[in-house]
Amino acid sequence: MGEIIAGIGTSHVPSIGVAYDQGRQEEPDWKPLFDGYKPVKEWLKEIKPDIAIVVYNDHGGDFFFDKYPTFAVGAAAVYPVGDEGWGRRPLPDFPGDTEFSWHLCNSLVYDEFDITVCQEMAVEHGFMVPMHLCFDHDPDWPVQVVPVAVNVIQHPLPTALRCWKLGQAIRRAVDSYPKDARVVILGTGGMSHQLNGARFGYLNPAFDSDFLDKIESDPMALTELTHQQIMEDAGAEAVELIMWLTMRGALNGPLRQVHRNYYAPMTTGMGLIALEETG
Amino acid sequence: MKTQVDPTRPIENTKVFDARQTQLGYRLNKFAMSMTKADNRAAFIADEEASLAASELTEEEKQLIRDRDWRAILDEHGGNIYMIMKIGAVVGQGLYQIGAHQRGQTYEEFLATRNASGAR
Repeated sequence: MGEIIAGIGTSHVPSIGVAYDQGRQEEPDWKPLFDGYKPVKEWLKEIKPDIAIVVYNDHGGDFFFDKYPTFAVGAAAVYPVGDEGWGRRPLPDFPGDTEFSWHLCNSLVYDEFDITVCQEMAVEHGFMVPMHLCFDHDPDWPVQVVPVAVNVIQHPLPTALRCWKLGQAIRRAVDSYPKDARVVILGTGGMSHQLNGARFGYLNPAFDSDFLDKIESDPMALTELTHQQIMEDAGAEAVELIMWLTMRGALNGPLRQVHRNYYAPMTTGMGLIALEETG
Repeated sequence: MKTQVDPTRPIENTKVFDARQTQLGYRLNKFAMSMTKADNRAAFIADEEASLAASELTEEEKQLIRDRDWRAILDEHGGNIYMIMKIGAVVGQGLYQIGAHQRGQTYEEFLATRNASGAR
């Protein structure tokens, strides 16, 4: 049977990918970020998930505003590393599991989540940065993946509550999968940041700290946040955080916090929380 | 109608990328998206004017790109930061240079406001 064993909330800032490719993990200004992921990488090696569902947003890696899906789910055998405008990164392509993906798509649609099914889908930093922060890939990725793309860049966006409900629907899909599959779900994006206008560079570490508390202990409070509130308090681009609620909505308690980290060196609060089901 | 964004509470110095912005900036954002193809990047670098001439951009929009006027592109012409960054990358200006321009600061002035600017 399918089972969700853990969830991870993490930022997906593109500059992390550049630093990673350049091998700058030990530089003083980068070390607090990369060190934060070491315990999570080790823990994932111990719990050995088969599949990683990664909830992220596409920043013009594959999708454009000619047709930008609110929710899109991958159903491909392979997800190539996309070119976002600065060339292909030196990472292996990502293996998919079409049987699992189609089960997920069937279950979601009949559960009234009318997602776009993608048989070809190039992945980009929103997806890749969390993957290489959490998993080694030498020579290949240790898990099969399912990209789940959410529109958090062109309003109207789905509500925070809708993202939470998507997580619950993903849970029902995984629980009903007839084959054995250990699944970890990653909710990515944020934390506080703003990249447009003279408010560029706005950070709110207090908001981020509260969000990290509540994503673990009181996620329903976060589902009540409107986009307006998140943008006012944490910056226009911080609305990405609603994707963490999809991760959290897929988890059932009791939970154990494996690790938590926070670092805000430049223009984005870089947060991390790893939660394991203990029930 | 239910809404998530309150038009009576505009956020200072902020553009919410909504229906108005995405329609306004469509051509600029589409041109930026074309920079995800290596051939288009090479063509732009080899002959910027020819690239602009072959685009759907208006003369005003072409001039904004010639001027590298990130602030106006993003603030007044519907540019989406994630798309416009792709033009920035081709002309050698990253997110933080674009951000400094939006703030009306030099790159160095902007970096001095950060907690650990080596993480860039």
